[in-house]
Amino acid sequence: MSASTQAMQRDDVQNPGMLAAGQGEALWNAQPPGGGQSCASCHGDATASMKGVAARYPAFDEATRRPIDLQDRIRACNARRPGAPDMPHESEELVALSAYVGLQSRGTPTAPDPDPRLAPFRARGQALFERPIGQLNLSCAACHDARAGGRLAGALIPQGHPNGYPLYRLEWQGMGSLQRRLRNCMTGVRAEAPPFGAPDFVELELYLQSRAAPLAVETPAVRP
Amino acid sequence: MARAILFLATLVLASSAHADGGRYEVLGDEIPKPLTDQPGDPARGRAIVVDRRKGLCLLCHSGPFPEERFQGDLAPSLEGAGDRNTPGALRLRLVDSRRVNTDTIMPPYFETTGLHRVAPEFRDKTILNAQEIEDVIAFLATLKTTGGSR
Ligand code: HEC
Ligand code: HEC
Repeated sequence: MSASTQAMQRDDVQNPGMLAAGQGEALWNAQPPGGGQSCASCHGDATASMKGVAARYPAFDEATRRPIDLQDRIRACNARRPGAPDMPHESEELVALSAYVGLQSRGTPTAPDPDPRLAPFRARGQALFERPIGQLNLSCAACHDARAGGRLAGALIPQGHPNGYPLYRLEWQGMGSLQRRLRNCMTGVRAEAPPFGAPDFVELELYLQSRAAPLAVETPAVRP
Repeated sequence: MARAILFLATLVLASSAHADGGRYEVLGDEIPKPLTDQPGDPARGRAIVVDRRKGLCLLCHSGPFPEERFQGDLAPSLEGAGDRNTPGALRLRLVDSRRVNTDTIMPPYFETTGLHRVAPEFRDKTILNAQEIEDVIAFLATLKTTGGSR
């Protein structure tokens, strides 16, 4: 990442991701259009109750007996609010709320959930990471493990860490989730990307998180 | 029933005849025979090599292309590729580099087997067609460090 992008990320006034986090704060405190409960009415002040939460996600979900990521946790909470409209993946509302919740963990070291029931899902995520896919037959590992720091044409290959999401990408001219980034990498190698929220994505996220630990959460980060 | 089987058989035949990959013979480290009757055209080959959506070569390779600003550094330079490799060896590397190095990151340009999760719009299609492969080989063969064809 260039020095100017890093500076933009560090300065909250310049960081365009802070706008989304601000929007998320408003949503956190607002009643849904149907007049039901706000997030705050259950969880109180996010700066206290959500501190460190994003650093632990994905986590084990007792209801589905599977890992769940932060966005799907927020969607599940939202779905329980009477009168609240659905919050689709990548919607402005969901990205903003995740940015706001993520911001409460900024600086906290990524801490994978040690629940042993997650281990098989994490292993599947690793297998997905290491398997070549698409017409170009490339694995995530080929670029992000073996060739991080190298140049793919003009692009510097990063280590592929998830700790800044959701983040602002200059190329997108907007905010996006980790799954949006993963879809970009998949379509780049001409592979079929699963739909948003698919188990494959959550398992990949789980592996990426253990691979990134203990890097600190940087949400909302800025990328080229 | 018989008609259904016949229909299925035709489908299989049609699809294997349609798929562009797989119609070549590997001998040692080479595919000695050209994939087409028409000889490759080096000028068209060069255009394919520098085209980031078609050849994709400069994503990973660099080479003697002064007008191309962003070239990859994940693979050896293409400079001198025509000195180091016979046309048959170049053909094998383009058709399916996995035959040379099972762990290669170089995509198989003329093979559709052994791939996973290919996006529907690319499924059972090769990255380049037979004539494009021959064009690229004709161009790579001109990349000599000695004798200067540039
Ligand atoms: C051919 C190389 C390549 C492959 C294969 C690839 N990526 Fe990437 N990935 C990149 C590049 C290049 C970027 C940075 C994009 C940019 O900055 O323009 C990136 C960005 C990322 C990021 C964001 C990192 C950040 O700091 O924001 C993550 C996470 C990631 N990739 C994960 C994956 C996963 C998971 C896979 C497999 C499904 C994968 N990548 C496959 C090249 C690749
Ligand atoms: C995703 C990366 C990637 C792409 C795209 C790619 N290559 Fe390669 N290529 C490699 C690597 C890495 C090697 C080194 C040998 C190996 O690891 O298999 C190589 C080896 C070669 C060689 C033999 C090495 C030499 O110079 O003697 C030739 C020739 C070659 N590539 C040509 C091409 C051409 C032409 C294209 C595009 C049509 C292309 N490559 C696309 C990664 C790539």
